[in-house]
Amino acid sequence: MEALYIILTAFCIALSCGTLGTFLILRKMAMVGDAISHSVLPGIVIAFLVSGSRNNIPMLIGAAAVGVLTTVLIELLHKKARLQEDASIGITFTWLFALGVILISAFTGQVDLDQECVLYGEIAYVPLDLIITHSGTNLGPRPLWVSGAMALIVLLVTRIGYKGFFITTFNPDYAKALGISTVIWHFVFMSLVSLTTVVSFESVGAILVVALLIAPPATAYLLTGRLKTMLLYTAILSLLISVCGYVLATWLNGSIAGAMATVAGILFAGAYGVYKVKAGKGTKAPLKKPAY
Amino acid sequence: MNIDAPALEVHNLTASYNRKPVLWDIDFQLPQGQLIGIVGPNGSGKTTLLKNIMGLMEPDSGYVNLFGKKLNDIRERVSYVPQRESVDWDFPANVFEVVQMGRYRKNNLFKRMTARDREITTQSLEKVNMLEYAKRQISQLSGGQQQRVFIARSLAQQADLYLMDEPFVGVDAATEESILNLLTEMKKEGKTVIIVHHDLQTAYEYFDWIVLLNTRLVASGPKDEVFTSNLLQEAYGGRLTVLSRIGDLIAKKDFPIRESNFKEKEGQGDG
Amino acid sequence: MDKLLEFLSFQDPNVRTVTFGTIFLGMSAATVGTFAFLRKRSLVGDAVAHAILPGIAIAFMLFQTKNPFVLMSGALISGWIAMLLIEHLSKATKLKPDTAIGLVLSVFFGIGILLLTSIQHSGAGNQAGLDQFLFGKAASMTRSDLLAYGIVALILLMAVILFFKEFKVLSFNPDFAQASGLPVKRLQFILSTITVLAISIGIQSVGVVLMAALLITPAATARSWTESLLVMMVLAAIAGGLSGLVGSYISFAAPNMPTGPWIVMCLSFLALFSLFFAPKKGVVARIRQQQQNRKKILSENLLKTFYHLRENNPSSRTFSREELLEKRPFSDTEYNTALGRLRKQFYLIPEGHNWSLSEKGYEEAKRVVRLHRLWEMYLTERMRLKADHIHPNAETIEHIITPEIEEQLLRELDYPETDPHHSPIPYPRK
Repeated sequence: MEALYIILTAFCIALSCGTLGTFLILRKMAMVGDAISHSVLPGIVIAFLVSGSRNNIPMLIGAAAVGVLTTVLIELLHKKARLQEDASIGITFTWLFALGVILISAFTGQVDLDQECVLYGEIAYVPLDLIITHSGTNLGPRPLWVSGAMALIVLLVTRIGYKGFFITTFNPDYAKALGISTVIWHFVFMSLVSLTTVVSFESVGAILVVALLIAPPATAYLLTGRLKTMLLYTAILSLLISVCGYVLATWLNGSIAGAMATVAGILFAGAYGVYKVKAGKGTKAPLKKPAY
Repeated sequence: MNIDAPALEVHNLTASYNRKPVLWDIDFQLPQGQLIGIVGPNGSGKTTLLKNIMGLMEPDSGYVNLFGKKLNDIRERVSYVPQRESVDWDFPANVFEVVQMGRYRKNNLFKRMTARDREITTQSLEKVNMLEYAKRQISQLSGGQQQRVFIARSLAQQADLYLMDEPFVGVDAATEESILNLLTEMKKEGKTVIIVHHDLQTAYEYFDWIVLLNTRLVASGPKDEVFTSNLLQEAYGGRLTVLSRIGDLIAKKDFPIRESNFKEKEGQGDG
Repeated sequence: MDKLLEFLSFQDPNVRTVTFGTIFLGMSAATVGTFAFLRKRSLVGDAVAHAILPGIAIAFMLFQTKNPFVLMSGALISGWIAMLLIEHLSKATKLKPDTAIGLVLSVFFGIGILLLTSIQHSGAGNQAGLDQFLFGKAASMTRSDLLAYGIVALILLMAVILFFKEFKVLSFNPDFAQASGLPVKRLQFILSTITVLAISIGIQSVGVVLMAALLITPAATARSWTESLLVMMVLAAIAGGLSGLVGSYISFAAPNMPTGPWIVMCLSFLALFSLFFAPKKGVVARIRQQQQNRKKILSENLLKTFYHLRENNPSSRTFSREELLEKRPFSDTEYNTALGRLRKQFYLIPEGHNWSLSEKGYEEAKRVVRLHRLWEMYLTERMRLKADHIHPNAETIEHIITPEIEEQLLRELDYPETDPHHSPIPYPRK
């Protein structure tokens, strides 16, 4: 049962991250995703300090706001201070992350986060964090509910906003020419990424969120040329990663999140092999384009 | 030259790129129902002009009218074909999906595509001879095929005014012919097509009306009036160095080139 | 204050070790990071920093030791593989560079975490402290550590000095480097190697996650102050070293505070300060320039107003505020700003409540009017603009034409006497 709780939670997190990550890598914003996953830390710590617990929804939203703020800060550094883009990203997230770690140290007593947890989470503890109602019913682990709800929201928004995400990702200028506001779509997307990061944080930590954001979609990208298929493959990969990651972690007695990232890497390597074979054969996915 | 009911009116447009002005006081009108080519040397501001017209960039001063109205009030009648290289063709989509984008509107973004939408998409593909490739992934298309997909997408909008950015760059002969035939068709239907064109040689052949641009407007008119050696020399004979130097200064010193302080009407004042 | 003095006296050998260590590491990372910054490879550096983790874990597992050279070798190999992988994935697949970087970063790090936690839980006696690679272990640096880092830092420095010219070309002008026959591949190999080396030792100070900051933030700081590569590197090294010093002090004065993040805070502060306050390039400097521009425009416009009033009434020299404002509508603030500036420049003479232009002022007014009318000629003659469209343009450009450009204009237009509206162009008194 415990294993099931953990795997299900992991799957929900992977699903949310992977779905959003698909658009993230297509928008060439993989490293912005990496930045956000680091920079929400101070937001989470402050939310914790203010509300006294991790379960406060408004506080989580506040923390997510820091994530969105990160994209604003990166833009400011890039456009106003005329700093090159890669440095804008790097400087913004490192100082925010440093701030978060300092806050954790400064308020060690009051914040139930330790430094390691921040990096790779403690999803193994999921089965311990149960919601027990007043009447004594065990509703199951809180993280499962929260990440499950998150996954549902992400899937719903993706379903409803599919066309909007599709066009603003593929050809933002054309979208603007049609009168579609790329700014709003960008904002909605970034907010979702931030929220997902915050929710996933305590289970898998900062770096592993990045692995789940990028690796499954990158794997799917190599395997297909259709967006819907890419999303489907990402979902399947998320499941594989959750199950195999758990098994691997149990076998090696190590971090589940780390194991999940490792499995994600192995799956990617497999897809890479397939990609190269296909390219070699020259049948389905030629690397070189026809001359005309 | 004043035109009745111009398709496009650009009025005193000054626009910058990377804080340096690349278009100075561009002022011209274009007639409806013609094939119009905008030509000029590299860096003359052609794409910037198109982007300003389509509202993708904000000008420093001046304005644009399409069919006598502002872009926002008339979007459904205007279609834009961006440069082919502005898009990542590794994107996971097939030809049909890309062309179908032409049926997207602000107000139907959350609704499903209708049968009518699919019908129009199919017809547009047929018009550019790409129907048989409908299910092909766009990464597997040649340059010419990609261009045709872009144009088909634009056609699917069923607009009256089409603005295309260098659609003939790097396309094969078959595509070139296909596009030219299409343009002739469109002109017969009374559409107006404005094309930023990269090649002076073919411009005379393809278009009825030519706009010669080199950071400032050199000429705009029927092709026989514009294709004179004087005007061509002026357009292609090199940069106006003074203009260039001033542009550099403006960029370097963050100089405000919108003098919003000044309230006098244009044409008056002692200078 | 006592703490600070105690710290600076460097009596405690531990304090000495830690302080010199972090300063060293900061300086070497900053020096090498300058090139990463210029080549826009900041995030690759970030990825490599994360990717060295599995190398360290495997090195430990294989050799069961925490000898810094052994672990560093593991780090080096792992980091190198990561760099190669990123390069290969971006070039040989449809994966985009940012995806490749993020992928390698997170997967390698995940593998590292898996191995590290596995080692930790296996209860092997001497595995404690491996997790300090995550956040740095500056505070527990030993003298042998210091020795090891010192040697590596020296190697780095030598490589940079030896290949300075070549690296410079590689960073600023890679195409030219290729064309001019430099052994680009070999140079890139060396540069990449010393970068990975710098990262391998730098993480001792700030840890894996924040390593990117040690690499690029000093470079970003230095960039605002200079165009010269050498000066930039020196400034970056100073920023890196200084931050190391500050970090050491904080860890000394407040032992539960983590050193790494404080070093990064200091670096970021220096960077932000530079981005804002550096002369010429800083945000504040540019805002000031814009304010100067505005003041110049206003005062020159007021000068023109005087000239126009005199042009229309050749007998009058003195004008009241009302007359001036009627000719050209300034707001109160604008008028006062312009007036103040003109007085300071001795262009105006007060006559009771009214004003007139001094000799100097009159010549200056003529200059601005001349530029306006010359420019209008240029617009109509060379740019084919219609005479009724050029005024607003000239109103803007007249303020930015320098004497050199004026010279060129005069020559190109052949010293015209009137402008397109037939107003005479005033030339300076001989």
